[in-house]
Amino acid sequence: MVNRQPVISIIGAGIAGLEAARQLSALGYKPVLIEKAPVVGGHVAEWNRLFPDMSPSEDLTGPLRAQTAGVRTLLNTEVASINRLKDEYNLILSDGSSLLCQAVLFATGFHLFDASKKEEYGYGIYDRVITNRDLEAWFNHKDDRRIDHPKAVGFVHCVGSRDVKAGNAQCSKVCCITAIKEAIEIKEEFPDAEVYCFYMDLRLFGKKYEDFYIKAQRDYGIHFIRGRVSEVGEAVDGRVVVKAEDTLNGKPIKVTLDLLVLMAGIVCNPDAQHYAREIGVAVDDDGFLKSRNNVDAITESSRPGVFFAGSCTGAKTVPETLAEARSAALAIHQYLNKPR
Amino acid sequence: MDFGYQINPSSAVNLDQVDRRRYDALVRLSPDAATCMGCGSCSATCTSSAWSGMSVRKVLLGLQRGRDAEVNRMLSACMLCGKCTMVCPRGINTRQLILTLCRLDKNGEVVR
Repeated sequence: MVNRQPVISIIGAGIAGLEAARQLSALGYKPVLIEKAPVVGGHVAEWNRLFPDMSPSEDLTGPLRAQTAGVRTLLNTEVASINRLKDEYNLILSDGSSLLCQAVLFATGFHLFDASKKEEYGYGIYDRVITNRDLEAWFNHKDDRRIDHPKAVGFVHCVGSRDVKAGNAQCSKVCCITAIKEAIEIKEEFPDAEVYCFYMDLRLFGKKYEDFYIKAQRDYGIHFIRGRVSEVGEAVDGRVVVKAEDTLNGKPIKVTLDLLVLMAGIVCNPDAQHYAREIGVAVDDDGFLKSRNNVDAITESSRPGVFFAGSCTGAKTVPETLAEARSAALAIHQYLNKPR
Repeated sequence: MDFGYQINPSSAVNLDQVDRRRYDALVRLSPDAATCMGCGSCSATCTSSAWSGMSVRKVLLGLQRGRDAEVNRMLSACMLCGKCTMVCPRGINTRQLILTLCRLDKNGEVVR
């Protein structure tokens, strides 16, 4: 337990911010959560089930919310600006108040790539083209007239990821496994549907991910086609025609689908860049915040007293984000107890 | 109408029209066939491929793209040595798979 009561502000109350707040509270601190949305939980709270165990996302966010209920949380509040003082940071909030703190934790998360920017895929143009987020919303609420007993469904991997022209050279990491998860869920809802995944590489690095892939192939009969979708058009009946190259076969391929799901990638949050620049915290050339180093100081920034957790530094899975939040809480604890 | 010339047919595969019955029957009889990830180990080690073009990977892909004639041509070049089975990282019993395929006609009926 520390003898003074420093102020720690956590920007963002997604799972990274909540988990860090929970850990810092357990260490005896009184962190302040600043969240621009009216609710906590971030992107994960909008998701239906999580890979690889297919556990409901509520199983994670529910207890996290309950265990941080005592933490001072400013909802509907944005950080208007940050000033760097000698050993402290002064946050000016959108409600006009200010918050003087000894440590700042960026838990600002990511933005989902705007799929309509890839015009050739037809999101926002063709009715039957939806995104991963739309599909998760449908799993949650079962309310979307575009999804009506489809007989053929396609998933496009790497939408806005590994795409230098779209400004995102990096891999979003979680879309491959998310596409497989969602493909399996579609097969569970509509067992008669043919499901196609169009991929460039399948990057299934995590524990149980490869098992998930084998299950999708063998138990659900999901078809994997190696090739990036080049264009999507609309047939006269409103269905969509997808064209790609079947690169394992070396031949063009086309298929007519009732539903096409675009796996929109993870891109940086421009707000985080803005805050970082205000206080001289380095931003990496991929737009994400730059860690002190990428091996053993991922949660530390280039500035003393400023820390990172979760996808503000790049695409992360849920367990990685939680582990970083715990690590950041410990790094903040050590920073605040360092003899000066 | 005859213009006195014709355009080559498209080499594009139209999945809306592909007949996958033989592949589906194969997967029913030996479900591991569906777990191929196209690594190419089988083709690289194949005793026959150098002069015949035999490739288990291409057989499985051809079945899913409606290229039955090509599949049969490749199957006829197999000597059943089983090296492909030894190298498959997914543990697919490729030798058994080839024997099973030879029993199926293009409609997926067991004929032998």
